[in-house]
Amino acid sequence: MKFIALGQDKTSTSVLIVLAAVTFIIPFCNLVLPADSPLHFSAYTVSVLGKYLTFALLAMSLDLVWGYCGILALGHGAFFALGGYAMGMYLMRQIGARGVYGDPLLPDFMVFLNWKELPWYWLGFDQFWFALLMVLLAPGALAFVFGWLAFRSRVTGVYLSIITQALTYALLLAFFRNEMGFGGNNGLTDFKEILGFNIQSEAVRTLLLMMSGITLIGAFLLCRWLVNTKLGRVVTAIRDQESRVRFLGYRVEMFKLWIFVFAAMLAGIAGGLYVPQVGIINPSEFSPLNSLEIVIWVAMGGRGTLYGAIIGGVLVNYGKTVLTGLMPEIWLFTLGAVFIVVTLLLPDGIVGLLKRRSQEQSA
Amino acid sequence: MNGYTVNLFGEDAKAGAGSLLIKGGVDTRHGPILYLEDVSVSFDGFKALNNLSLYIDAGELRCLIGPNGAGKTTLMDVITGKTRPDTGSVFFGQTIDLLQMDEPAIAQAGICRKFQKPSVFDALTVFKNLELALKTDKRTWPTLFNHLNGEQRDRINEIIETIGLSTSHRLRAGILSHGQKQWLEIGMLLMQEPKVMLVDEPIAGMTHQEVERTAELLVSLQGQRSIVVVEHDMEFVRSIARKVTVLHEGSVLTEGTMDEVQNDPRVIQVYLGG
Repeated sequence: MKFIALGQDKTSTSVLIVLAAVTFIIPFCNLVLPADSPLHFSAYTVSVLGKYLTFALLAMSLDLVWGYCGILALGHGAFFALGGYAMGMYLMRQIGARGVYGDPLLPDFMVFLNWKELPWYWLGFDQFWFALLMVLLAPGALAFVFGWLAFRSRVTGVYLSIITQALTYALLLAFFRNEMGFGGNNGLTDFKEILGFNIQSEAVRTLLLMMSGITLIGAFLLCRWLVNTKLGRVVTAIRDQESRVRFLGYRVEMFKLWIFVFAAMLAGIAGGLYVPQVGIINPSEFSPLNSLEIVIWVAMGGRGTLYGAIIGGVLVNYGKTVLTGLMPEIWLFTLGAVFIVVTLLLPDGIVGLLKRRSQEQSA
Repeated sequence: MNGYTVNLFGEDAKAGAGSLLIKGGVDTRHGPILYLEDVSVSFDGFKALNNLSLYIDAGELRCLIGPNGAGKTTLMDVITGKTRPDTGSVFFGQTIDLLQMDEPAIAQAGICRKFQKPSVFDALTVFKNLELALKTDKRTWPTLFNHLNGEQRDRINEIIETIGLSTSHRLRAGILSHGQKQWLEIGMLLMQEPKVMLVDEPIAGMTHQEVERTAELLVSLQGQRSIVVVEHDMEFVRSIARKVTVLHEGSVLTEGTMDEVQNDPRVIQVYLGG
């Protein structure tokens, strides 16, 4: 229970309560109450909410890296996409012989490319546990290799940001290529089943929402514990005075690497939960713009608080859903405007604004 | 898992086969704990250090003085691994080659530094600042699962007492006065239980009383540790120094007691111009 009681912060607790409500009440209404009940949520609402929760998890993982460790990573979407691809590969192999070409082993796009056998890196993805492992390991391994090279060479600040952006762009180009064996331009889609259950069914969608919520709550508690450990304090100290930490005898690059890999794995989990809910993963998830958007979610919600990132991730994406429905062409302008306003007027984001309000009220 | 280990045990062939070493210790049998020989550092043609040789004895309190640009801070950068010299050798005891080590390794070996500008972690409390400095396993996983034991807690409280911050140990370091930050940083040095303390301008921004207490503290520490103090305030240097080294244009101009140094015509010339 100490795990949960750690936060003395009221906002943190409220965010947890709202998350728990979304996670448990909606599935309860949809699975237990009859379909014509007024409390029954539509399939659309369920899938959109589930998507927001995975974005919130993604935003929180970036907050660890940026808000706590001071690394402005502009390629965080790459880890999300890798996690998504790992899950997508499992879902592709679940299709089996029900594809358009009816090949029991090869996914449609491979048949179309005239491939005769499954590439070695697709082996094992028929097993769910293996896919879950890869959801963690693929982003983790990329983050490890990239971070090890970058942090050991003491690349920091804007240079590091540019390299992370280049990383995700390179992956975007690579995944576009058909020869890579990840479905090229079209990516992976037409999923039928997950663990033998129809992925389109309402019950599965509701359960996926619930899983997303439970994972987000668990990850939030884990991250909150993490930032309150001594490692969390070393990481904060690195953000504020990197070289001083070195002179205290800490290997700064190892701490950065640790937090970077951990955050990449969280982002991978978010991607793994996202893909079955939206039904597709394609190279556009690697686009640099996606990674920039994550930064805006975190900036808007409020850096260095964890729950700020959750709020930002949900709110900005809600705004996106509404606006792209009404006037798709103005969304990017709105996003840019939001970023400018937040940078100029709300350096601590929405959470900072709420804190200031409550302080004024109590004063 | 770090891939780096500090060679304190003389297992390296280079460390001199057959030499008797105290396990985990620094070999100071010949007196000095720090050896700098013929060290030169240049930045874009400017020689910040010029064939400098300096020896610091175990347990001594040494003051470094010299006009601006004499190379005092560069010297500290070289010892702590921040700057690599172009030529020369830097040894910790007789066997540990500091030029083969990076900043964390040197800090863990027992050479700690207070910066000219007080560098504490503003976002953390006084107590947490000291906890970060505490001498313990500083790798990632042990740090993650680190819990202070009673002894370590006592040690931190003892240091808080020593640096006169017992009423403010729960405050965030960011709101301390300049002098208090200086003290906190000295406290962080003590937490690391160093064998050599490099103290760059410890009394800047301190009140007269605080200066006196700093002098007392530094004097009381000598013997257990070697302390190198860089300071401009001559009165302060006079109050603590046994031996003073004067740097000028990247080399040692002269060494001796404060009186000897102050009466040296070369020193007078350097300080007054001539």
